[in-house]
Amino acid sequence: MSTTPTLLEVEEVGAAAGGPPTSTQRILTRLVHDKAAVLCLAFLLIVVLMAAFAPLITKLSGWGPYEFDSSAINSALGGVPNGSLGGISGEHWFGVEPQNGRDLFARIVYGARVSITIAISATVLTGILGVVLGMLAGFYRGWVDQLISRVMDFLMAFPALIFMIAILSSLPAGNRPVLLVVVISAFGWPYLARVIRGQTMTLANREFVEAARASGAKNLALVFREILPNLRSSIIVMSTLAVPGYIGTEAGLSFLGVGVTPPTASWGQMISSSVSWYSVDPMFFAIPGAFLFLTVLSLTVLGDKIRSVIDAGEAA
Amino acid sequence: MTRYVIGRLGGVVVILLAVCLFTYLIFFKLSPDPAVMICGKTCTPDRIDSIRTVLGLNQPLLTQFWEFLQGIVAGRDYGTAHCSAPCLGYSFQTNESVWTMITARLPVSITVAVGAAILWLLAGVAGGLISAVRQGTWWDRSAMALALTGVSVPNYVLALVLQYLLVVKLQVLPFPSAPAFSDNPGLWFESYLMPWTVLAIGYACLYARLTRANVIDTLAENFVRTARAKGLQRSLILRRHALRPALTPITTIFGMDFAGLLGGALITETVFGLNGIGKLAADSIAKNDQPVIMAVTLLAAFFVVIGNVVVDLVYTALDPRVRITSA
Repeated sequence: MSTTPTLLEVEEVGAAAGGPPTSTQRILTRLVHDKAAVLCLAFLLIVVLMAAFAPLITKLSGWGPYEFDSSAINSALGGVPNGSLGGISGEHWFGVEPQNGRDLFARIVYGARVSITIAISATVLTGILGVVLGMLAGFYRGWVDQLISRVMDFLMAFPALIFMIAILSSLPAGNRPVLLVVVISAFGWPYLARVIRGQTMTLANREFVEAARASGAKNLALVFREILPNLRSSIIVMSTLAVPGYIGTEAGLSFLGVGVTPPTASWGQMISSSVSWYSVDPMFFAIPGAFLFLTVLSLTVLGDKIRSVIDAGEAA
Repeated sequence: MTRYVIGRLGGVVVILLAVCLFTYLIFFKLSPDPAVMICGKTCTPDRIDSIRTVLGLNQPLLTQFWEFLQGIVAGRDYGTAHCSAPCLGYSFQTNESVWTMITARLPVSITVAVGAAILWLLAGVAGGLISAVRQGTWWDRSAMALALTGVSVPNYVLALVLQYLLVVKLQVLPFPSAPAFSDNPGLWFESYLMPWTVLAIGYACLYARLTRANVIDTLAENFVRTARAKGLQRSLILRRHALRPALTPITTIFGMDFAGLLGGALITETVFGLNGIGKLAADSIAKNDQPVIMAVTLLAAFFVVIGNVVVDLVYTALDPRVRITSA
């Protein structure tokens, strides 16, 4: 499932380790020459722009995400949107929500904000936790490694989804997005840390680290100057593959009703509320579903391309 | 070997205890007072006190935890009622024994997991294998593009799309209802078909990608070159030499994924309204039914850690290289 980066992704990434880093320049030039990658980048750019300029865009489209338009729905029919295709019209570009007539376009635009902010913050937080703890365990070995590894075993044995739902539903409302990021990262970092730990162990025995140590470098300098730069490609690949995973997780948790709370818009939550309407108003489901799917797909394809560029670079 | 197994099982017990304690602490701290919840709205302070005494809620936290553990191993008494050996307490909502609730729903989750696993293993491994053999062809590229797409569909989105198309529009399948197999095998199959497919697609796509990568790597190994130099046929090399090393890593991942599903496919079961462990988890969380939440978390963790051990043992049996290094 899309909740945490699966073991499989970890193993696949884990195979490519320790070679010379591929330059960012090279990754970018390769991506620009790949049609599929360009398409994905373009779509993601649109989504990011939507998220960044949400208030401006909704001003242009005319309807805010929390405004009710009772003229767009047919209250005699239980609140089904007027007109075909879920009420798509010049006024409501993506139609309206059944029952309360909120503009779907505005909610998609604001939902993009939630998805992207949460996914990126969770990726950054898991990245920091995973890299730091993974490097500590791999570099110092001994009891540090024992401690960190046992915590990782424990967290990975945990039924993360059940537990995330349970924690989120029993915590007081508070700041939902922050809670989501914290909970997602708490269960996500071991998957990155495990790979980083293994690679750090290999790197720590390499000649250049030996040489740096012999010339008097302190442990801290060894870790950050010598080892960290060599972990760069693994970190890039795992992070790009983590973002779509976390978008899926956030949407999944919101879909299950423990994520972002209404009236704040989130794609998962829109899909969840469309469940009871999908036979009469399929567009209400199709639009957020399509956005979620396309965003995850673009990020996955992009992550995959970046990985193959880096793998090719290391093989060469 | 025996020592190794015993050591691993010891590790399992430690992890399960940690999961248990952690879950217990979190819910003890976070949840509203269970005595008030059981008692309901029309409640006198006296009754709350008596419920507290029966459940042992007035004792220190660690004593309560110890009694909970004792209950699992040896059973325990609640006031006058006795709850026998694997005692996980009683639901705050329905007063049913949690153990009975779990055993009643486990078959549904197992059916979902086994059916899906068969589907994704067949489709994923076969697809990946064909792609690897025909690397770079039209088939390979479209199969891998499809696999990437399949990985990206959130399973509840897929579930709703399938339900809309097959149940509402085309009406070729009934709404999933988890009937007993013996009552109506046809209906049983039809109503599990959608949950199986929805669960299987994501995994099948991952397995196809992994199988392809593994087979390609193996075919580039020296022993395959030797076999080719001996003049063996391609298909024979694939069957006799390449398949086993290429597929062994898959068993590891399969074991973990399958074990994870036995603890309940939460989203799939909820979307299709199947009364398995996953739905039980979702329902109990929604109603804040602590004993049940506790039990499903433990059960899921149990499957994962046991799965881990089984996977390692099977791996040692399948891959002689691991056996030599560990001895």
